[in-house]
Amino acid sequence: MSIDKETARKVAHLARIEVAEEALEPLAGALSNILDFMEQLNEVDIDGVEPMTSVTPMDLKKREDVVSDGGYPERILANAPDTREGFFAVPKVVE
Amino acid sequence: MTDLSKITIASARDAMRAGELTSVELTQNYLDAIDAADTLNAFSTKTPEKALAQAAAADVRIQAGDAPDMCGIPLGIKDLFCTEDIQTQAGSHILDGFKPKYESTITTQLWDAGSVMLGKLNMDEFAMGSSNETSYYGPVTSPWRRGNEETRLTPGGSSGGSASAVSADLCLGATGTDTGGSIRQPAAFTGIVGVKPTYGRCSRWGVVAFASSLDQAGPMVKTVRDSAIMLEAMSGHDPKDSTSADLAVPNFEAALTGDIRGKKIGIPKEYRVDGMPEEIEALWHEGAEKLKAAGAEIVDISLPHTKYALPAYYVIAPAEASSNLSRYDGVKYGHRAKINAGEGIDEMYSRTRAEGFGPEVQRRVMIGAYVLSAGFYDAYYIRAQKVRTLIKQDFENVFADGIDQILTPATPSAAFGLGEMKDADPIKMYLNDVFTVTVNLAGLPGVSVPAGLDHQGLPLGLQLIGQPWGEADMLNTAYALEQASGFDAKPAKWW
Repeated sequence: MSIDKETARKVAHLARIEVAEEALEPLAGALSNILDFMEQLNEVDIDGVEPMTSVTPMDLKKREDVVSDGGYPERILANAPDTREGFFAVPKVVE
Repeated sequence: MTDLSKITIASARDAMRAGELTSVELTQNYLDAIDAADTLNAFSTKTPEKALAQAAAADVRIQAGDAPDMCGIPLGIKDLFCTEDIQTQAGSHILDGFKPKYESTITTQLWDAGSVMLGKLNMDEFAMGSSNETSYYGPVTSPWRRGNEETRLTPGGSSGGSASAVSADLCLGATGTDTGGSIRQPAAFTGIVGVKPTYGRCSRWGVVAFASSLDQAGPMVKTVRDSAIMLEAMSGHDPKDSTSADLAVPNFEAALTGDIRGKKIGIPKEYRVDGMPEEIEALWHEGAEKLKAAGAEIVDISLPHTKYALPAYYVIAPAEASSNLSRYDGVKYGHRAKINAGEGIDEMYSRTRAEGFGPEVQRRVMIGAYVLSAGFYDAYYIRAQKVRTLIKQDFENVFADGIDQILTPATPSAAFGLGEMKDADPIKMYLNDVFTVTVNLAGLPGVSVPAGLDHQGLPLGLQLIGQPWGEADMLNTAYALEQASGFDAKPAKWW
């Protein structure tokens, strides 16, 4: 499976990683190489095989639906690059 | 001054209990050794004040009697573990200056047991790498050298700082994490013992996530006995990790009898890979002979889907990583890119991630986004998860046939030089994990045990793979192998 420049652009967008125009071709090549390596998986007969969903079979634990943690916004915000009045601050989203 | 090259967790514990050694004294010796080893770049953050305070408290506890085994033991902590108010960056630029407001469950358990934190250990960025060269802090150097050559060698990765620090006697033990081999490969490269426990044995809470269905933390130490002691302190159920198992933790050290008579050890034929050096093949054969001499039965087995483990891993791990790493957006913590007039939040996100993630992390996040995207999800991701089921079944079949443990080489080569793989295809670097990655896909425990030196004088390791929750039995076989191998080589001190 080969990835072209336009697909590389789309993948970079999906991953929200800015890639310069001139870096798209090399990126397409690098991603294609890795996908070629994965092509080996097509040799395996997977008819009737269930995809793995849990490494160790176990029942997920449940607990009462109550507030068990929280109430410390200053600790949540302590590492943020920008905060205002108890909130995370980001560039303007709506004009 | 304690001879740090001879002391182990077990011997330090015994000496401290006997009043022959204090934790403060031992800790100060390690802090001095760390300061004298900056050239190895093993520590990303040093915490001497915290260490000495913990050591003083540990001494009080030991004197009072009834202190846990790990009390007073100086440790290094991989930078992937969140440590309260102490820099935690997972070796990445994107977590610049991050000081968590909470402590991971595993480190909480270690501090509660009285262990001493010397600092944080360098690693490949977000644990993605096999040579520690993807770290934003720069590569770690192994204390080992090829004969008299001065070439700087990799300690392996991603837990490279942990491996370098333990083998250079900068700490008695270190935490590592293993998603595809990141504890066992560096342990093998540096002549130490590294354990990847059964998935669910140790809590993942507070450990920066890479690929959540594969990640497990474990100990990296000098001896199998030390691994048993430290693993016990790291293990146990944690309500904050829904995949952690609610099972009693055995006394792993008590299981080390060295008696392996009647045990069935499987030798999988698929682990003889093309281009594997003859000396690794020989070491593997010798290891089997030693276990046989100790009374075990050696059985040829087949794990037919082994060949597909690496390609399946390189679909599944990047898919999970692309999801896990979506949280790094320049809003909640770490680095935020500057944007220009007329740009908005979309540019802020994508530029932050372009500036903050290194090339290998970017590559994997994008591969992950691709294999999860509409139209490719079934062809790549679901197919890989089906192959993963088959890989797990391979192991279930041999265990059902009565195999107790499986013996394999730990790595396909000895350590290589830093920079030597720089121009190689990323796939070539991925091949480092060819013997270890199956264990993560199947959720099994594995241990790397030092077994000998190659012709250049570099350590080589053997891997034992155990049954699910069979760490105690697996470590006992590892103990028998360690006793029979008598590996006691140390790197000559040059730093």
